[in-house]
Amino acid sequence: MSTGNQAPSFAQSTWLVAEREIGSKLRSKAFLISSVILFLGSLALVIWGGFQAQSNEGIPVAVTSDAAHYVAEIPGIDVTDASDRADAEALVESGEVDAAIVGDSSSPLGFVVIAESSAPTQLMLSLAQLPPVEILNPDPTDEALRYLVAIGFGIVFLLAASLFGGTIAQSVVEEKQTRVVELLISAIPTRALLAGKVIGNTVLAMAQILVLAAISIVGLTVTGQTEILQGLGGPIVWFAIFFFFGFILLASLFAAAAAMVSRQEDIGSTTTPLTMLIMAPYFLVIFFNDNPVVLGIMSYVPFSAPVGMPMRLFLGEAQWWEPLLSLAILIATCAAAIYLGARIYENSILRMGARVKLSEALRS
Amino acid sequence: MLTLEGITKSYSGRRVLDDVAFDVRPGRLTGFVGGNGAGKTTTMRIVLGVLAKDAGRVTLDGTEVTASDRRRFGYMPEERGLYPKMKVLEHIIYLARLHGFSKTDASARATELLERLGLGERLGDNVETLSLGNQQRAQIAAALVHDPEVLILDEPFSGLDPLAVDVVAGVLQDRAKAGSAVLFSSHQLDVVERLCDDLVIIAGGTIRAVGSRDALRAEHSTRRFELVSSGDAGWLRGEAGVEVLEFDGGYAVFDVDGDETAQRVLRRAVAQGDVASFAPQHPTLAQIFKEVIQ
Repeated sequence: MSTGNQAPSFAQSTWLVAEREIGSKLRSKAFLISSVILFLGSLALVIWGGFQAQSNEGIPVAVTSDAAHYVAEIPGIDVTDASDRADAEALVESGEVDAAIVGDSSSPLGFVVIAESSAPTQLMLSLAQLPPVEILNPDPTDEALRYLVAIGFGIVFLLAASLFGGTIAQSVVEEKQTRVVELLISAIPTRALLAGKVIGNTVLAMAQILVLAAISIVGLTVTGQTEILQGLGGPIVWFAIFFFFGFILLASLFAAAAAMVSRQEDIGSTTTPLTMLIMAPYFLVIFFNDNPVVLGIMSYVPFSAPVGMPMRLFLGEAQWWEPLLSLAILIATCAAAIYLGARIYENSILRMGARVKLSEALRS
Repeated sequence: MLTLEGITKSYSGRRVLDDVAFDVRPGRLTGFVGGNGAGKTTTMRIVLGVLAKDAGRVTLDGTEVTASDRRRFGYMPEERGLYPKMKVLEHIIYLARLHGFSKTDASARATELLERLGLGERLGDNVETLSLGNQQRAQIAAALVHDPEVLILDEPFSGLDPLAVDVVAGVLQDRAKAGSAVLFSSHQLDVVERLCDDLVIIAGGTIRAVGSRDALRAEHSTRRFELVSSGDAGWLRGEAGVEVLEFDGGYAVFDVDGDETAQRVLRRAVAQGDVASFAPQHPTLAQIFKEVIQ
């Protein structure tokens, strides 16, 4: 007998399965197209944000060197250096700047404003002496930005989790429906098969999330929106970490739920509750992103923590230890889900025909 | 040698296998025959460890079969299963790697086997684009690619044209010659009869007959003769000790009560006209099958 083959280790078997899972997904046109759309969409959002920011930039003003110190402290103006008064006037006439500020000893202020037909009101207000203002309850974050970030986290979680949750469910049922699963588990342990599928899809989902994070961070930097980035960078990293465990949790449950049915058409009957669990954080974060209580609860419930906690971190509502505690809860839930998921999967994967009852699937 | 002892299995109170016991010898092809729902597939799944048994033992050379032994088993499930959207060659390589072959070895083996099975032209095609017969061949490659020590095939010939049956039969015989123990089930009793060395007949979850094909034939042979002659063989009905089973002009099939009666009938037949053939009939597998499952 030629038996050159050594039984592969559990880890090797798992990796082979994961590798196939990733390979087959990367060759699926539907997957590639939907990923590209997602990436382009997030890129468009970042660039659009960049344009918005740019349109709010300062008023273009030509300034001669003898007047430079007058405008140094004034926000909201975009300075173009002019060599002398004539040069400044030429710039105003050509329309390159809205106005020019030049030194003039005859002016009581020491400088004059030169404009083409009328002086820009905003510039005049900026130059005026205003009393200092003190705000007692500062609005920490711009309302629109808060909403945008909420939608961002919510939708990325929803899309990635449902895309890959659905993928893993389909591939479990495909193996069951085509009976290839009998061949697979006569070669490798059932748990290696399940682990491989979960790992393969987690790798893909994480890769997608990391590309999205990279697009937003690089995009924000390139378009000069560094202020948003300072507030958002940390939460994005936390989001990625939470998503990793949150996804493993969901993937195990999706695989288990799918193993209970035998046909693609029946997937919905067992995975619908999970789909609800994925959609809930999205709607909650959109409707309640200004409600600290709801966000607080969301940030600890394992299924919504990947959205809720980064949101609270972005809003500056969470203490430093809160993400760690929430992460610990998530990891514990994840371990429990893997345990239960594996049991359901093992008990159901070879049972063809009618849907396997949950009580039977959980029996040891 | 693969040995099954006292295998019992019930599904929700209904006993589908009862004290199933037989051997599958290395170097031989063992045919596993039984009607629908007789328990063939359940037995095979239990041997593969795909299904848990309620009682009994499956041993390989005397020691209980473990999960790692099963890596050296080859299996062709009753319900064919391959990934529809995977390329044929890649698929077989994948399975070989799951059985522990390195990438290079797996690739070489898969290519050679698929070519041997007549799929050399289709290596890069998706499984789903193959005809049913070709999918079947790919399935056989899936069971064989890791040179299994024990080969369990559930209905390997169903859906194959006669040429493909020969190709597959050839591959199985080669496996047996190389020392594998091969167990295959089939409804095509003529194929089983032609191919197998040993036979196991199962009905209603119990084993009805076990043994080498030739021993079973001898055991179930009757004193049955076939006569082909030019005259009208109607006189046979009047002969003492003769029971006519089939009759058509000069053709007759009949049982006799002894060798002497047979010789007497032959002499009379020659006297009546030209005799083209007078021969004892061996029971076919189909006949043995019908007899033992009753």
